Amino acid sequence: MIQAIAFYLFATMMITSAIVTITARNPVHSVLWLILAFFNAAGLMVLVGAEFIAMLLIIVYVGAVAVLFLFVVMMLDIDFSELRGGFIRNAPLGLLLAAVLLGELVFGILVSSAGDLHIAKAATVAATPAGLSNTAAIGALLYTRYLFEFEAAGMILLVAMIGAIVLTHRQRGDTRGQNVSKQVARRPQDATINLQPEVGKGVQL
Amino acid sequence: MIGIGHYVGVSAIMFVLGVLGIFLNRKNVIIILMAIELILLSVNLNLVAFSAYLHDLVGQIFAMFVLTVAAGEAAIGLAILVIYFRGRGTIAVDDVNRMKG
Repeated sequence: MIQAIAFYLFATMMITSAIVTITARNPVHSVLWLILAFFNAAGLMVLVGAEFIAMLLIIVYVGAVAVLFLFVVMMLDIDFSELRGGFIRNAPLGLLLAAVLLGELVFGILVSSAGDLHIAKAATVAATPAGLSNTAAIGALLYTRYLFEFEAAGMILLVAMIGAIVLTHRQRGDTRGQNVSKQVARRPQDATINLQPEVGKGVQL
Repeated sequence: MIGIGHYVGVSAIMFVLGVLGIFLNRKNVIIILMAIELILLSVNLNLVAFSAYLHDLVGQIFAMFVLTVAAGEAAIGLAILVIYFRGRGTIAVDDVNRMKG
């Protein structure tokens, strides 16, 4: 009973915040509602016992992606009211497409619940072993059978990081940065001279 | 009693909301990227729900990979957005015609 209440709470909150995310006037509000949607999705995942993915969702999405969105929204000086011009004009087509898509998905769900086609048996490759926590079970599977996929995911993140840095980095000409090689190459005999001027005569610089 | 059908239904609604968000905010790339995040979130929810339903941990593993790709996609997309704004001063999708595509 309490699970059902929690499910409906998380599900309604998530769908509500998703609706506000795509309709809010201010993109900053959109990002904040998106964060709420992620939190509620994490709650839904905790309900089925996938606590590791749920915490990962909060850390990665809320901690990194949503903050990145917030930074970009606040950094760029954009006239957002102008960008909302086609909101009403695009609404009928979008709603029609959404209705068709939702109808198809619900139809598919109803059909599959009526009985499946028996194309293949459900493979139970690695059920969560009893007495093992979700995190430990995921680790045991991820670092053995899916090791190469894990490494590939790491490579994707590395390439994404390098790409983002290369794209956004710019060499500005008006900064007075440190020229390390010039500093290191400078010798004392080039920089200073030792003079013993006579009394009453000036020094030529 | 909450079953797999409930989870798949919620996930379907989230997916449709993401697609609707792309249509409603066709000019604003930032909201479009957020809508894509919503779509990927619904996919993740589906993967996790079926992982619990089939007693198969592989669904959660692949949810992690989807998460990885989503993070990379957001980073690259926002980087492109920033340099585009720097060059053009606007992010309206309708004006994106530099590559004559």
